[in-house]
Amino acid sequence: MEFSRRDTLALGLGAAVLTVLPFSVSAAAEDAIAEFTGGADMADTGVELTAPEIAENGNTVPVEVSAPGATAIMLLATGNPTPGVATFNFGPLAAAQAASTRIRLAGTQDVVAIAKMADGSFAKASSTVKVTIGGCGG
Amino acid sequence: MISRRDFLQVSMAASAMVGASGFGNWARLAAQQALSQDQLLEFDTFGNISLIHITDIHAQLKPILFREPSINLGVGANKGHVPHITGADFRKAYGIADGSPSAYALTYDDFASLSQAYGRVGGLDRVSTVINAIRADRPDALLLDGGDTWHGSYTCYQTEGQDMVNVMNALKPDAMTFHWEFTLGSERVNEIVENLPFAALGQNIFDAEWDEPTELFPPYKFFERGGAKVAVIGQAFPYMPIANPRWMFPEYSFGIRDENMQSMVDEVRGMGADVVVVLSHNGFDVDKKMASVVTGIDVILSGHTHDALPEPVLVGKTHIIASGSNGKFVSRVDLDVRDGQMMGIKHKLIPIFSDVIAPDPMITKLIDEQRAPYADQLAEVIGQTDSLLYRRGNFNGTWDDLICDALISEREADIAMSPGVRWGPSLVPGDDITREDIWNVTSMTYGEAYRSEMTGEFIKVILEDVADNIFNPDPYYQQGGDMVRTGGMAYRIDINKPQGERISDMTLLKTGETIDPAKTYVVAGWASVNEGTEGPQIWDVVENHIRKQGTVSLTPNNSVEVVGA
Repeated sequence: MEFSRRDTLALGLGAAVLTVLPFSVSAAAEDAIAEFTGGADMADTGVELTAPEIAENGNTVPVEVSAPGATAIMLLATGNPTPGVATFNFGPLAAAQAASTRIRLAGTQDVVAIAKMADGSFAKASSTVKVTIGGCGG
Repeated sequence: MISRRDFLQVSMAASAMVGASGFGNWARLAAQQALSQDQLLEFDTFGNISLIHITDIHAQLKPILFREPSINLGVGANKGHVPHITGADFRKAYGIADGSPSAYALTYDDFASLSQAYGRVGGLDRVSTVINAIRADRPDALLLDGGDTWHGSYTCYQTEGQDMVNVMNALKPDAMTFHWEFTLGSERVNEIVENLPFAALGQNIFDAEWDEPTELFPPYKFFERGGAKVAVIGQAFPYMPIANPRWMFPEYSFGIRDENMQSMVDEVRGMGADVVVVLSHNGFDVDKKMASVVTGIDVILSGHTHDALPEPVLVGKTHIIASGSNGKFVSRVDLDVRDGQMMGIKHKLIPIFSDVIAPDPMITKLIDEQRAPYADQLAEVIGQTDSLLYRRGNFNGTWDDLICDALISEREADIAMSPGVRWGPSLVPGDDITREDIWNVTSMTYGEAYRSEMTGEFIKVILEDVADNIFNPDPYYQQGGDMVRTGGMAYRIDINKPQGERISDMTLLKTGETIDPAKTYVVAGWASVNEGTEGPQIWDVVENHIRKQGTVSLTPNNSVEVVGA
């Protein structure tokens, strides 16, 4: 914890985001999901999402997605002002339907991955990533 | 997770397969008031492999007093389960008599008076005697150090961990994992580890830039013991860059990485491991969850949360062993491994009663050599205490009350904050307070005491953030410390509420007024994780305060009202 005035202000702003409850998906994220899936149901299996439980640095959080048989995977940071992170498209010659990237998270939130399968069905996985002030453990 | 009764039934039903745990010894010990070294070491050698576990020594080379917590709350599925029971409930659960040696070693009540009867605990020269005795029974016993070894004392700070490295090397460990070691800075950690005569393990120690495993910290090591292949997998503290200053070791990334743990277990099984042991610095509740997620681990030697448990806890087929802290305990775990699987386990948590266990003179000499250059500094008496000084407990302890008093008076603050760490020995009423004692509860490489202005709203955000690191119902989101200690303010906490709703009724004690979210308060604290923090070192702040007091007297602290326990 450091408490210069500037940091206090910066963290104070971050704190507003901290109060966003996990699992609450913003309207912008819902819109993005609806656009990608056309409102279709999503299965809970078939996508593997690997993200840290607590971010070491909220500015660069490593995330991996994999969905065997997918033609596209959309990745969303549901609590960010702009939830869209990336959509990975896989051609028929892709050896593996997997991707990894780093994302910036404004605060504790759910990261969601939605895969579009070759048969037109959809599957979803979600993981809560906590962004914390830290510093008092041990 | 199974209850103790279930555990007893399981071990009896499966007696051919799983040997008895050590609880019988504890009951016998409890019934006897006299103690001897032979009793403490009594153990019928079992099976074909012996493990010796010691963890969270925090650089305590010499015997100390260490009071266990009176409050250690569990949340969610862990509520009311070990290690989240204390005092009389703990003694009842394990059949320990009031006032017995085991009661003194494992619970907090009557600590000051029992300490007069049973004396100090720990000291690595006594630990050496225990290790030598186990090695006399089983020469190839594996000695495994769970980390938090190169941190926590005056001499450790001055030598950047070299005193601990020298003494531990003489005990000849076979493997180690890590936490506070990294606060020496990655350059120093790398320098020590490159020359370490044993394995430095961590399946979750990754290169931060590439998010790949490191060469310096391999995930596991194989040992051939008793005709079997033993795989020891390391698990470092997952939240080092969050709970401790990331800028001190920017090249490294950690995390729980349980999917990689599963891959490592599968890999060593594929390579012919007959038994899989995880040397862990996860903390007990995280280890319990990991044991339920990852399959194929036989034994987890658990560290970080400083719990001392006289019996293993069984989760699925994984036995979890907790061996205390500050050199107070050593666990002996004998395994019967045949035909590629673990057929039985026998365990004993050995309390290191310093007046009962004879010191190993070679190690005593080595310890004294490390301390000799600093003898005058260590021994200087700064003041005396009329109160029991201890740290452990979820919300406050008298050591941190004293540290917060020092911060408020020396730094002219309204409110003080002290980090919820779990290391640091105790002192009893009538004791001198030496410089060494002050360093034992404050020593760290980022001890600067800051003084800053914060709004009431921001103070609440800090309390809510730390509370969620302890009371989040999912152990994977817990960092394993205790609540940040506060001086100069009172608050109410409902541990079962979600983040943002736990803290209420914040009051400034000096005026009795409610803390105003919009108003600014002067806050002093120490151990900031951010780079560039300025201020005097906390041990100097505390020393100055104690000198002015002469004799320290603390009134009971009732400023935190706990709901939902």
